[in-house]
Amino acid sequence: MNLVFALLALFCLVTAVAAVVSRNLIHSALLFVLTWLGIAGCYLWTGAEFVAFSHALVYVGGISMVVLFAVLLTRPARADEVAALPPVPIERILGGLLAVFMVASVLGSAIVTSRFAAPAASAPVLTVRRLGELLAGPHVIALLLVGVILTTALLGALLIAAPGPGGRRPAPAAGADLEELPDATDRGTASESMRERGTR
Amino acid sequence: MTPDAATLAGPWLERAPLIARDWLVGWLPESLRWFASSLLAIAVLIGAFGLLFAYLTLAERKILGRIQNRPGPNRTGWAGLLQPFADGVKALTKEDVVPRAADKVLHTLAPVSLVALSLIGLAVIPFGRHLVAIELDAALLYFFAAGAATELSIFMAGWASRNKYSLLAAMRALAQLISYEVPLLLSVVPVVLLAGTLSTTEIVVAQGGWGFGFWPHWFALTPWGFSAFAVFMIAALAESNRSPFDLPEAESELIAGHLTEYSGFKYALFFMAEYFGMAALSAMAVTLFLGGWQAPAAFLEVIPSYAWFTFKLLGLLLGFIWIRATFPRLRIDQLTRLAWKFLVPIALINLGNAAFWSLSGSWTGFWLPLRWGISAALVVIPFLVLSRALYAGLGPRVYRYAPS
Repeated sequence: MNLVFALLALFCLVTAVAAVVSRNLIHSALLFVLTWLGIAGCYLWTGAEFVAFSHALVYVGGISMVVLFAVLLTRPARADEVAALPPVPIERILGGLLAVFMVASVLGSAIVTSRFAAPAASAPVLTVRRLGELLAGPHVIALLLVGVILTTALLGALLIAAPGPGGRRPAPAAGADLEELPDATDRGTASESMRERGTR
Repeated sequence: MTPDAATLAGPWLERAPLIARDWLVGWLPESLRWFASSLLAIAVLIGAFGLLFAYLTLAERKILGRIQNRPGPNRTGWAGLLQPFADGVKALTKEDVVPRAADKVLHTLAPVSLVALSLIGLAVIPFGRHLVAIELDAALLYFFAAGAATELSIFMAGWASRNKYSLLAAMRALAQLISYEVPLLLSVVPVVLLAGTLSTTEIVVAQGGWGFGFWPHWFALTPWGFSAFAVFMIAALAESNRSPFDLPEAESELIAGHLTEYSGFKYALFFMAEYFGMAALSAMAVTLFLGGWQAPAAFLEVIPSYAWFTFKLLGLLLGFIWIRATFPRLRIDQLTRLAWKFLVPIALINLGNAAFWSLSGSWTGFWLPLRWGISAALVVIPFLVLSRALYAGLGPRVYRYAPS
């Protein structure tokens, strides 16, 4: 069983590193989705079925869309999706390694020094029903507070995105960017984009 | 995993699939049996739904043809029965065109992942009394998580094609899918509330029995259940990109949308995924609202449970085809307006309705008609008020160029 966990952890790490290293933002986002799937797999491995599936539903189905839309709508030209970074100098590599080392040492020392309770002889079986009873019983205040916070965030987002009194949007908002997409054909196969390049 | 056939009681027909499985798996050593029976379940699911897909396309073309007063495909094989296989061979032998500027990996991965994600939802559907591939405590969550992940494939298809129409259409498809995800999930919540479980098998068991000896306890036959069923089916139509919500892939809108740059078998895979998704959502509707494998009357229980499930599933699928032949396509603004201004409020009110139904479970005698009456009023009044409000200023239609 530990082999399964090792494979899952390796999968998460590899996809996460690939997401960070990738120059293409869309590829990064999609690789990140794979990382989330791996984390859901870890939950499944521990037997937390409910958490695993809700994690997949929320992150793979919802958050991934938010990320992808954000990438597409904030980049006016298609070429910008590929980060135009200069070749990596040795200083940046060293700096990155140093940062990794520092984070790893802090986390590692925290794990090493803290005392964990001895694992129970048998894992507690938590059914979805019991989970619901716990959420709606002892932890109902926390649940309500989370709900209120999320609703407030949603209302705030609506306030920012909704058109003002004169029907004008208060800030340059999401929908406007799609019109610029035809401008963004790169390495075009269509003759149209060739013509555009010629006039430019 | 489902139990051994030997330990089960009941009529022979009911146990026949399990007996067949155990006989097949019995040839293998003990340690491999669980693996073999899982593989067998997968193979049977893919085989059955693959055949269903093939003949559903034929049935669709035939029925659409009949409704439009033409015969439909009738040349290949007896009365056109071999048409799906001819189409399959045609799709396989076509050239696979990949645009030069396309992201080749994602362009190929998109249809494959779409088919895979559409298929895995079928694993938790109880097709019969003892026929479910995997029994999960949180089966409903699993099903809808798998369904939500298909949106990523559509995005990948649109983005990787490097075609502005594909990308625009993919964004519109995503807007549609995300919008209709909300009423779809909201219409499932009342069922979870009343059944008190997320497990599909237990939801079907909760719909067993008959009120007054003849009225099945199916959720669709209660006022709140009927409302939830209607919302679920409309949202399912939109989720599987079926007419009248087929804007993402319609020929008249953005030249077939995210499918523009696909050809040959990849194109066929998209259609396969559409039919698998449609079948999976219909199967889920049968499970949640139409009593799953339960027979409609006690004396009809001689017909095995999986046959009842098949009848109901085919009925819903034929309904999908009928709707496609009948209704005109919605415009994109009408589409999102229907989701957010009509279906979501109806589903939310219905949630309260289900809570009332749950609380009034002990009402009997004189109170029973009152319970049904209040619940029915909670369905009909919001429907009337909302539809009147949304139609205000839109009708009646004026025929400007036709003689009156």
